[in-house]
Amino acid sequence: MNKGLGNMLLETVGLKKSFHKGKVTIPVLAGVDLSVRPGELLAIIGQSGSGKSTLLHLLGTLDAPTAGEVHFEGRRIDNLSSSRRDKLRNRHFGMIFQSYHLLPELNTFENVLAPLMIRYSTWGYMTRRHKYRDAATELLEIVGLGHRLKHRPSELSGGEMQRAAIARALVAGPDLLLADEPTGNLDHQTGQEILELLCRLNSEQNLTIVMVTHDTGIGAIADRVVRLVDGRLAEARAPETRTTKKRIPA
Amino acid sequence: MYKLLLCCRYLRTRYIALASIISVTLGVATMIVVNSVMSGFTTEMRNRIHGILSDVIVESRGMDGFYDPDRHMQQIAEVAGDYIEGMTPTVIVPAMLNFEFRGHNIARQVNLIGIDERTQSQVSDFEEYLQHPENRKAMSFQLREGGYDTQDHQAGPEAQPRTQMETAGWEHRRNWAKWQTMQTSSYQTRWPVEKQVAQQQAAGTQASVTQSSGQLPIQPPPLLSSAEKTTASTISGPIDPFAAAAPQGPVFDPAKEQHPGLVLGFALGSIRDDTGTDKFLVLPGDDVKITVPTNGRPPTASSCDFTIVDFYESKMSEYDAHFVFVPIRKLQKLRGMYNESTGIGWVNSIQIKLKPGADGNEVREKLKKIFPHQLYNVVTWQDKQGPLLAAVQMEIVILNILLFMIIAVAGFGILATFLMIVVEKTRDIGILKSLGASRRGIMGIFLGYGLMLGAVGSGVGMALGLVFVDNLNRIADFVSWVTGQPVFDPSIYYFEKIPAIVDPLMIVWVVFGALAIAVLASVLPALRAAMLHPVEALRYE
Ligand SMILES: Nc1ncnc2c1ncn2[C@@H]1O[C@H](COP(=O)(O)OP(=O)(O)OP(=O)(O)O)[C@@H](O)[C@H]1O
Ligand SMILES: [Mg+2]
Repeated sequence: MNKGLGNMLLETVGLKKSFHKGKVTIPVLAGVDLSVRPGELLAIIGQSGSGKSTLLHLLGTLDAPTAGEVHFEGRRIDNLSSSRRDKLRNRHFGMIFQSYHLLPELNTFENVLAPLMIRYSTWGYMTRRHKYRDAATELLEIVGLGHRLKHRPSELSGGEMQRAAIARALVAGPDLLLADEPTGNLDHQTGQEILELLCRLNSEQNLTIVMVTHDTGIGAIADRVVRLVDGRLAEARAPETRTTKKRIPA
Repeated sequence: MYKLLLCCRYLRTRYIALASIISVTLGVATMIVVNSVMSGFTTEMRNRIHGILSDVIVESRGMDGFYDPDRHMQQIAEVAGDYIEGMTPTVIVPAMLNFEFRGHNIARQVNLIGIDERTQSQVSDFEEYLQHPENRKAMSFQLREGGYDTQDHQAGPEAQPRTQMETAGWEHRRNWAKWQTMQTSSYQTRWPVEKQVAQQQAAGTQASVTQSSGQLPIQPPPLLSSAEKTTASTISGPIDPFAAAAPQGPVFDPAKEQHPGLVLGFALGSIRDDTGTDKFLVLPGDDVKITVPTNGRPPTASSCDFTIVDFYESKMSEYDAHFVFVPIRKLQKLRGMYNESTGIGWVNSIQIKLKPGADGNEVREKLKKIFPHQLYNVVTWQDKQGPLLAAVQMEIVILNILLFMIIAVAGFGILATFLMIVVEKTRDIGILKSLGASRRGIMGIFLGYGLMLGAVGSGVGMALGLVFVDNLNRIADFVSWVTGQPVFDPSIYYFEKIPAIVDPLMIVWVVFGALAIAVLASVLPALRAAMLHPVEALRYE
């Protein structure tokens, strides 16, 4: 089944997902074929309820598809054991969500370090903590939260929380960032800032980003935009080259 | 690492879980207190029983006893000499004790024990329980001049002083003798003047009684007038045979002489009131009358006067209220258990003290082989007190089971609270999964949380329990003061204080048990958390 596109970072083949509610089957994805090139910023747009989040969960191995395959760096990942998938998420994927999903008991700094704490045992983490503290501080500076290290999520604004979430997604050095409507809960201005940040990370650090969004307008900054309609993908706009990529409108 | 961090944070922020652990805390504290007090009681009791009884006892099944204790002891030494530290022969018979207190004839049923005062303390803690410091060093059946303890030497300084004991000894005896002579002479002068004929005879009876018994302070009229017939039969009945046997030679002067010595069980000669003060009925220096069954067939009563030389206070009320010790030779003669021509007597038991570490049961089995079972009974001290100790042991076990159930019930409280917390934390669990936390990790968080709660709960419980045990008597006093009801009545237990022994092993078990329950209670919620579907957890609002 491997299509052999070795240069693709992530690809799906005939991905299907349906939910069962009692005897009723709700088909959400009806065969999604998607390929993500390394360094690409791919936007997935679609109406509410079209299955964008579901697709992203499948890509991030948080859920198992009803049929079809997901390949990461040429290897199939949807049928891995749960512990292998946990490792994969921890080491290779970063995820950000519409409602930020920070841990309320931890402060900004600890939230950002959480993936690293998960990766290593207590001992392993403690021996490396100086290095990671520096990395986390640097990342928080990059996302513009250097002054908010000791604050709890409840003490941060939406935009600040999303920046913290981005820092957390990046701290472990992922190959792929999966973003599910990162600006959905933010006002336009803040949303633009977040998008700008993601754009910058994409271009400066060559980070591959798959971003789901409602908003076709925001999709305009992406390398490529695909639309999810009736459980299938349709190319919404031909990919632009990097040089001609539009900057965010003011 | 995140597990530890989250556990700590949950611990600090979820007060509801801390509330659920309070029952564990209380359970642990109660268990520690109850176990400490119970083991204090049993240890105290065992020590005392063991101090009173010797390790192994060879006793005759018949009342007559067996002849020649020295030969018996030789035999015992031959088979089990290596294990034995000391032996002493004793004669134990039920007897009747009579003494006079303010005109009342007080009679008590006692266990009369004839002991060899030189060897008795080799086999038991007998001497330690005496009230004269010199008697505690080397016991003597001679009355001491004075110097008896006025403060209970086994209790702390907070025990009520025994002021009456100040005069105990020869001083008391001389006072009493002086007073008695006064009384007697005043009767003899006053009575005939008041009522001539009837009292003439009564005075005669009284004089003869007084003379024959020699010292009982018989004074008040009721004994002599209306109730004369009955009292005469009870009082002089047992006296007369002895009076006949007593040496009729020189006149006995109670101010200078004493009868054979006798050590009286503390509770026989005193009564403890509500405040813990001992009110003495008799003191060392007073005389008492002992009536024993003789060795004849059928046994007849044989009486003799003894002078109290000390009190025996083992603090085991059962023993203190029944034991009376007299010199073994005197008792043997009194009961006809002594062969004048050979100088060898009969005894009915031999008390054996074992060397430290020797096994009583082993010695018992060895001795059983040489002494015919029909005639001799060989027992260890545990055998003698077996039922009592077993009953106490059983009580402890049942109490522990019940208390542990309480902690187990608390476990369900933890379980419910934890399930709630897991539900509340559903989204966090989804987040952790999206960050790559494994199922084991998620489970670890909640198991670790349970363990930490258990540790906090049982740790606080342990501290509470230990503080409680440490201040047990103060707390008991306080509760008594608040409720007006004595929590701990020393007159029942003959302990001044509630004894408590904290056994570290017991604490380890209790704390370990509480921890185990807390962890067990968190297994189900932890499993639930681990099994949560990441997407559903993330969607949870
Ligand atoms: N566990 C589930 N059981 C049943 N139906 C589900 C389940 N999860 C999702 N669905 C359905 O799948 C469809 C797609 O949901 P999804 O959350 O992926 O939409 P979406 O495109 O992300 O929408 P939005 O833009 O509003 O976030 C919806 O119609 C939803 O009702
Ligand atoms: Mg969605």
